[in-house]
Amino acid sequence: MSDETHSARSPLPVASLDDPQLQIAARFPRRTENIIALNFLLGLLCVGAFGAAFWQNWAPWILGLTFGAGTFFLGFGLIAWGKYLMPQGPFVEERHVLASTEAERDSMAAAVLQRGTVVVRRRKLLGGLLAGGLGIFGIVAAFPLIRSLGPLPKTTLTKTNWRRGSLVVDANGRPVRRDELQPGGLLTVFPAGYETNEETQAVDQTVLIRAQTGDLVTEPGRGSWAPDGYVAYSKVCTHLGCPVGLYEQQLKLLVCPCHQSIFNILDGAVPKFGPAPRPLPQLPLYFDDSGYLRAQRGYDQPIGPGFWERS
Amino acid sequence: MTPTALRRPRTKREATAALGPYGRLGKAIGELDDRLGIAKGGRTFLDKIFPDHWSFMLGEIALYSFVILMVTGVYLTLYYVPSTAEVIYHGVYAPLRGQRVTEAYATTVNISFAVRGGLLMRQMHHWSADVFLGAIVIHMARIFFTGAFRKPRELNWTIGLTLLLLSLANGFIGYSLPDDLISGTGIRILYSIILSIPLLGSYLAFFIFGGPYPGNEIIPRLFIIHVLVLPAILAALIGGHLFLLVRQKHTQFPGKGKTEHNVVGSPMFPTFIAKTTGFFFMVTSVTALLGGLAQINPIWQFGQYRPAKISYAVQPDWYMGWLDGVLRIMPSWEFTGFGHTIPFEVFLPAVVFPGIIFTLCFGWPAIERLFTKDNEIHHLLDRPRDRPKRTAAGAAVAALLFTTFGASATDVLANFFHVSLNAVLWSFRVLVIVVPILVGVITWKICLELQHGGPDLGKRKRAMVVTRTAAGEYRAVPSEIRPGDEHRELEPVPVPALIDLDDGSLEVTAGNTRPDAEGVRRVIR
Repeated sequence: MSDETHSARSPLPVASLDDPQLQIAARFPRRTENIIALNFLLGLLCVGAFGAAFWQNWAPWILGLTFGAGTFFLGFGLIAWGKYLMPQGPFVEERHVLASTEAERDSMAAAVLQRGTVVVRRRKLLGGLLAGGLGIFGIVAAFPLIRSLGPLPKTTLTKTNWRRGSLVVDANGRPVRRDELQPGGLLTVFPAGYETNEETQAVDQTVLIRAQTGDLVTEPGRGSWAPDGYVAYSKVCTHLGCPVGLYEQQLKLLVCPCHQSIFNILDGAVPKFGPAPRPLPQLPLYFDDSGYLRAQRGYDQPIGPGFWERS
Repeated sequence: MTPTALRRPRTKREATAALGPYGRLGKAIGELDDRLGIAKGGRTFLDKIFPDHWSFMLGEIALYSFVILMVTGVYLTLYYVPSTAEVIYHGVYAPLRGQRVTEAYATTVNISFAVRGGLLMRQMHHWSADVFLGAIVIHMARIFFTGAFRKPRELNWTIGLTLLLLSLANGFIGYSLPDDLISGTGIRILYSIILSIPLLGSYLAFFIFGGPYPGNEIIPRLFIIHVLVLPAILAALIGGHLFLLVRQKHTQFPGKGKTEHNVVGSPMFPTFIAKTTGFFFMVTSVTALLGGLAQINPIWQFGQYRPAKISYAVQPDWYMGWLDGVLRIMPSWEFTGFGHTIPFEVFLPAVVFPGIIFTLCFGWPAIERLFTKDNEIHHLLDRPRDRPKRTAAGAAVAALLFTTFGASATDVLANFFHVSLNAVLWSFRVLVIVVPILVGVITWKICLELQHGGPDLGKRKRAMVVTRTAAGEYRAVPSEIRPGDEHRELEPVPVPALIDLDDGSLEVTAGNTRPDAEGVRRVIR
């Protein structure tokens, strides 16, 4: 910028006071100044009050109110000052062309190309080795580093801890007797010994419902699976793995609260509605000689949502 | 340098004189300029012009929310422990006392009840994240509908979208950290979504979670991503976003004296600085009021996350709603065959759908260029109506996302209106196709209509004065123009070196008003 523009006092845009576009506040600067001063004063008081409230450890709502009010008054005052009492313009600034000249572009392209070809391409061996080294670095970064973040899935996803003869217990480890539930009752159960561990709870969780008195056949071939109306399904939704925790007693429906998949417990928990693709796997049960509920065997398929390795 | 200048000044007056006409400030600027050469560029920077329009403040809301997030976030890290180790809760919240909880949950409850100002900070942090993402989305819509992404700003559009993507991720991760029942369910859903990716899914899930779900690794891992990795990338990208904004200068709407070769508005110093700092205070104020007066995410009511427990009406934060909505309305199209399973009912809505939406957004400047063959540089903004096809396309996509957002409340809507869940679900399956098409077509039509509306469109309607002549004829005559209806724009001028309220020829009376030669009081604009 030249000296002339620095010292020049070019006329500022002026608007006459009867200009309809001129804000009323700008027409009465003295009054506006007083209002802004009042805002700053209130702002300072509120921020001070916030300090006191923080010091005295008062309720969060007092902290929020004083801090919010303080910043509001300060902000309001500052904006009003900028809007009404500072030069508004409109001012203009030239927008310089960002692009360089054709010659400068050519010069850069030529330098990159020429140095690249002459200096780098002449040393093909070095270039090749460097590229190879970087490639190996990439593989090293990808393989052992990422690989070390966790174990391989192997068959983890297809297994639960339900075994042949597993004792059915609730979250407190209490076994389930024949008269534990009234018809319509529901209990979340685990195989005994795994009921307190979060890791195993996540896969073993099973919803036990007494649908009726008398044996229940949910599907052909599952004749003995639900003795005396006690029917058990995996509690892990086949859609996204949420616990299927809502039970509609009248209609005998299990509902997943996450995405509203609905399963009918009377016919093998086939999804009646919603995005779940598969029935909840059913756990075959029996009462042992002491009258406690046990699993005939584990689930006959992987529980929970689908994944590539699931056949 | 002359020997006199080196001589120690003897009197106060001499000392002042030695500092030069601008005193200590001038001296300080001189010293700084000797070392950094800031004076020339700094002087230009003071004159930098920022165009005035309300929609140009949307990005500022996002920027200031980010600052608030950083400050409140640092406060939270002082008290939060990212660990799933179990402890017995002995804190001040009576209903939880004696229960086994994780350290992450216990410390978050502690922040809410025992730490001084903790609940305010936690709630401000959460509200601020919601405001941050809201501001980003609306800011992005403004950029899109006014064509501000066109050459030369495609790179900044890309940076902005990356910011949105990473902010979405960081919002979700932050929501997962307290290890309460609702956030734990969110992590469970995330795990299943990763699991749904064909071929790699189970490996990715195991590497990210450090083993099968839930494991003890995920909370510490999400923590370091939430407080270090993503914020660092966000801060760097925001820096780049602003650098490009300064380098390329702001766009502006067409108007008097506004061309492709200039910028018209308020100068950086003092006008813009005052207004934008005030605006920062305002954003802080709204966040503080929300954080202090409006409860958000009361994790002590939800309880500790347990894999076998679940809460009713589980909803993510608003910006995840669109994904939750598509997951709900997707038909159960699982593919099984050749010894493998592809859970399309998860993979399509949760991975492919957002992938398509973001690819479309990232690619939009290129897609539009394919059709318009426009390779010109643009600094003047479009009015949305003047680009009906772009506006219609944007409105259709926005409508699609709004509809899927609505679909994330199927259960709540069914409950509220006492209709069957089935009916609500099927309505959304239809709406998600019908609404975007309708909105697109209607928007396109409206744009065309508006184009033909003439120059007075959008201004206040003038009342018609209907009079009856003696012959019984009725005449409608438009009334006088009311104050404010006429749009008189001043001719913009360069920022003068010395912003002087008094040019010496006129007497300054009150503030910045002065009577001119005819005695009319005028205000310096």
